Amino acid sequence: MNNIILLPIFIPLIGAIILMLAPKKVIVQRTIALIMSFILVASDLFLLFYVKNHGITTLNIGNWRAPFGITIVADMLAALLVVTTSFVLTCVIIYSFYSIGKAREKFLYYPSVLFLIVGVNGSFLTGDIFNLFVFFEVMLMASYVLLVIGGTKIQLKATIKYLLINVVGSAFFVVAIGILYSMIGTLNMADISRKINALHGVDTGMISVAAVMFLFVFGLKAGLFPLYFWLPGSYFAPPMPVLALFGALLTKVGVYAIIRTYSLFFAKETTFAMPLLGVLALITIILGVIGVISYYDLKTIVIYNILIAIGVILFSVSIMTREAMTGAVYYLIHDMIIKSALFLIIGVIMAITGTSTVKKFSGLMTVKPTLGWSFFIAILAIAGIPPLSGFFGKLLMVEGAFSTGEMFGGIVILLSSLFVLMSLIKVFTRGFWGEKTGKFNLAIPYKKMMLPVIILLTCSVLYGIFSNAIYPFISDAVDPIIDPNLYINAVIKE
Amino acid sequence: MELLMSILIGLMFAAAVYLILSKSLLRIIIGTAILSHGVNLLVLTMGGIKRGNVPILGLKVTASYNDPIPQALILTAIVISFGVTAFFLVLAYRAYQELDSESVSKTRGHEADDE
Repeated sequence: MNNIILLPIFIPLIGAIILMLAPKKVIVQRTIALIMSFILVASDLFLLFYVKNHGITTLNIGNWRAPFGITIVADMLAALLVVTTSFVLTCVIIYSFYSIGKAREKFLYYPSVLFLIVGVNGSFLTGDIFNLFVFFEVMLMASYVLLVIGGTKIQLKATIKYLLINVVGSAFFVVAIGILYSMIGTLNMADISRKINALHGVDTGMISVAAVMFLFVFGLKAGLFPLYFWLPGSYFAPPMPVLALFGALLTKVGVYAIIRTYSLFFAKETTFAMPLLGVLALITIILGVIGVISYYDLKTIVIYNILIAIGVILFSVSIMTREAMTGAVYYLIHDMIIKSALFLIIGVIMAITGTSTVKKFSGLMTVKPTLGWSFFIAILAIAGIPPLSGFFGKLLMVEGAFSTGEMFGGIVILLSSLFVLMSLIKVFTRGFWGEKTGKFNLAIPYKKMMLPVIILLTCSVLYGIFSNAIYPFISDAVDPIIDPNLYINAVIKE
Repeated sequence: MELLMSILIGLMFAAAVYLILSKSLLRIIIGTAILSHGVNLLVLTMGGIKRGNVPILGLKVTASYNDPIPQALILTAIVISFGVTAFFLVLAYRAYQELDSESVSKTRGHEADDE
């Protein structure tokens, strides 16, 4: 029965393998991809409630006892993220039908998307540090293909940079694992955690080095301050559904990996690694804010908004109190949903106006009011206006920051919301209000493209309104982060 | 022995960083290849280099074997970096056809123009 925690990895894998058999039949590709994503949503929800009822669920692959084989661990945090991932996947697949174009669909677009999901879900669920590396590589390989598929000049340029930066990042991931292995002598995350905690007092200098190396590796994936330079350029290139997947999932996997490793391995590194994470996160927020207010390009504004969200979440991770982490988990899930919704809306706007610069059009509200109001709701949600989804997470994170005396951090988070709101309201007022200018192409399948957007936005609104009902799940997710012994005891049964 | 290996790995890392910071795309790819060689050697060294038998049971009766885990990790890392390098080479070839240059300075200038 524990085998069900493999479903989030196996379903997209099988789907991708089937789809590779008939690459030129577009209808078959679409149908199977959609069916697989529905099955994935259903089985992930089943997994979520299974974990809710039975606690942290583990599966030892091949029946090898815990530290010796690979263990797949589904705690509540992983289950929640897997559900959100499959949900975003379904919406993006529906959106792709109407926007990605036949040429790309015939060249293994859907299999690549499903392989990306294999990597993302695997990274969320694995309990082995080297297996995490392998799933990262599965995810990255699929993302290289998705970034370059279509082969336009801008995509080639962006892929070269993205590929190089991730090759270097992966090399350092292996170095970090090698250093950790030489000190601890194990690869199972729970076992590493246990043995690092047993080390306390004894020469922990190298543990700090390993902590900073992991921060370097995952920070490169997530887009943390000195390592985010690749992100605006690379994310500017791909077509919109791909960008929605990247913006919603890829950086969040880096964030998840930082949460996992810092809560399990390095929670006691409060002298150096944790404050470093906090400072870098704050600088990330500030640079993201500078980015969002300085551009008039829709895509670039939302891309810099990713950086702000990453900074806000990671700042709470560096505090590591119960309150702050609850807020961080709330905000992480909210951000995955709302970023994909926002990118999909911008895709619709770009399909209508043919440009991503907000200076070149205005008066979109007179043409497409539904689009305008859904964009407005998305803006309010991302800024954290109370009934919507971004509010509760940010509230808890700010409270967590203030209650531990991190006044500066709390104030930066609050001010950043203001600038996020300002940057997108700027788009709204310039693009949607005013006289109708610019050429509008109304021949696109508008209603069908809006369907996944509306689904995501409804979900985001409900997530905000029913945050009280979701709280037990979030609370279960935070428990093993605050007390790693829960995780360790679930994995290593003595 | 570990000290010698560490120096060698350090040299490989230095060479890789130097090559990756150069202008030609092919030099960059050679740099990433050297980097992955260095990383694999590092994992081998970090597992400990001791005098033991090869980790194959039943070959000879001995008291000690070498650590088999780093070897499995390296094997995995090798095939992954092989796949990525193959992709990178094809990408560089395609970029050479499309952009008429293999210098990375040609890959500039595609971010949002906002003047």
